[in-house]
Amino acid sequence: MVALTETDRSMGASRAEIPDRRRQARKLSLVLVCLLALAIVINLALGASGTSLWGALAKLASGTPLDMMERVVLWDIRLPRVVLCTLVGAALAVSGAVMQGLFRNPLADPGLVGVGAGAGLGAILSIVLGGFLPVALQEFFGAYVTPAAAFLGGWGSTLILYRVSTRGGRTSVATMLLAGIALGALAGAVSGVLIYMADDQQLRDLTFWQMGSLAGATWEKSLIAGPVIVLSIAGATWLAHGLNCLALGEAAAAHMGIPVQRMKNAAIFSVAAATGVAVAATGGIGFVGIVVPHVLRLATGPDHGTLLPNAALLGATLLLGADLISRTLIAPAELPIGIVTAVLGAPVFLWILLKRRGLVDQ
Amino acid sequence: MRHPSFTLLAAGAFVVATLPVQAAERVLSIGGSVTEIIYALGAGDKLVARDTTSSYPEPALDLPDVGYIRALAPEGVLSVNPDLIIAEAGAGPVETLDVLTQAEIPFVEVPDAYTGDGILAKIDAVGTAIERPDAARALRDKVAAELTEVAAKVASVRQDDRKRVLFILSTRGGRVMASGTGTAADGIIRMAGGTNALSEFEGYKLMTDEAISQAAPDVILMMDRGGDHGASNTELLSMPALVTTPAAKTGAVVRMNGLYLLGFGPRTAQAALTLAQSLYGAL
Repeated sequence: MVALTETDRSMGASRAEIPDRRRQARKLSLVLVCLLALAIVINLALGASGTSLWGALAKLASGTPLDMMERVVLWDIRLPRVVLCTLVGAALAVSGAVMQGLFRNPLADPGLVGVGAGAGLGAILSIVLGGFLPVALQEFFGAYVTPAAAFLGGWGSTLILYRVSTRGGRTSVATMLLAGIALGALAGAVSGVLIYMADDQQLRDLTFWQMGSLAGATWEKSLIAGPVIVLSIAGATWLAHGLNCLALGEAAAAHMGIPVQRMKNAAIFSVAAATGVAVAATGGIGFVGIVVPHVLRLATGPDHGTLLPNAALLGATLLLGADLISRTLIAPAELPIGIVTAVLGAPVFLWILLKRRGLVDQ
Repeated sequence: MRHPSFTLLAAGAFVVATLPVQAAERVLSIGGSVTEIIYALGAGDKLVARDTTSSYPEPALDLPDVGYIRALAPEGVLSVNPDLIIAEAGAGPVETLDVLTQAEIPFVEVPDAYTGDGILAKIDAVGTAIERPDAARALRDKVAAELTEVAAKVASVRQDDRKRVLFILSTRGGRVMASGTGTAADGIIRMAGGTNALSEFEGYKLMTDEAISQAAPDVILMMDRGGDHGASNTELLSMPALVTTPAAKTGAVVRMNGLYLLGFGPRTAQAALTLAQSLYGAL
């Protein structure tokens, strides 16, 4: 509560400026759409192999069949990766923004406060113990077991986090951060036990997955993650008005006709779904969820109506940029993308803390 | 989740169907021992790239590195334009292997077993894949002879004199990650005439201090690279887990190059002999 009032004041959101802000945000959306399109094209065009996007497009236009290398590199490697990267980037940024709205604090981030760890625990559980599920069940759920388990893990930890840190409708940031640390430690401990039990093959799956990487992007993963992420983002934008009202406090929001409890449940559900499938598809990728919404709030203010769609656009663009670095910097090998986002994001995060110490000390 | 072995099986079946008619000219080698064997077969000039674990012989280091054996990136692998990929067991992830199958690049997975016969089988498999059967036969005979010689020397050590050897993978954060059975470390300890001090479990595990002192190793065996393996012998032997062991009393720590010690390639017979000599003196 205190935090956001302060945010508003520091950004000088006086009444006269609001329509102006809104126009600015719309302009920004246009710019972001262009940037995203550009990032998508660059990511399709550049890669470790010399395969040319333009050559392939020219062939398509003239009706010449693509050779195998072009088909595999563009259709089986780069395109699914770009799709998954766009989806996950958008999911991480919007989840961050919704969570920050829900907790009324710009430091809340699913990765930071243990939701990512919870989702990760779910995924690890399904990798290590999935073999114990009845065969019929395994066949029925197939590739959905890990995303579903990650979602349940993320949902559970968000609920616990909210219960622990919210008293009488007021969320204590310090409690939230500490509870997040505790949840992260707990998830880490249980993961440790499971890793101890895992056999060699499972261990390989886990290590690859824990590093956070888009190298395993496939059409299958994109098709599983796609609908869930698109629905959660759509759901989140639908909650925008409610989140705006919630910024004034729960009582105020209730007086404004917002069904507060239902809205909060929906927000928690959408954060858990988006974070869960994102974590299941690519492993832990940090800092997108905190840096993107913050930069946007600085630029165009805290209105969720414009913040959430812009966060989706900027999140996707940033993650595409990070993935481009991870794919090309040490080619033909790859950097785990979690390393790239941490190197880019951690300094920004520290800068936020430095500039706005008041956010934590209340 | 689809079971990885299905995909591997499918990939395996595919390899049989698409092995090239002419010998491969652009080979990508994944795994330190496979790279060593290819060089030993005189086919080093066919290599276009390697993975991170391929650090021997020296010329291999000049090849482009496509990344860690278990985290290969599909486009990185395709970018070196190989017409044959030879990999140690455990290369992955599955998603990358799937893409390689779709690109119709022949992929040969070389079986891994931590015994002398395992090495010979590897040499055969690599020789077949790069179509150098004669060179493979010669190398196989040479390695087999060396292995027999080491085995004979080691057999002269009396059963009562056999040393209990503890292989420590890392001591990160003061906790000992040690080898049980079924690992390359266990294999080389046996070949060198030692007894693995930990035989109750398979693979590498983090050990409690008490379990280590209970295991009472006579000798500590480690890899000699930097990082967390860089702890000096004095530091190592004063760790609570190790301070009570016979190895600490005699200061018996053996460090060897990781790929040399655990590679299970053409140099393994010599590695076993080196290890045996540091355990028992000249044999």
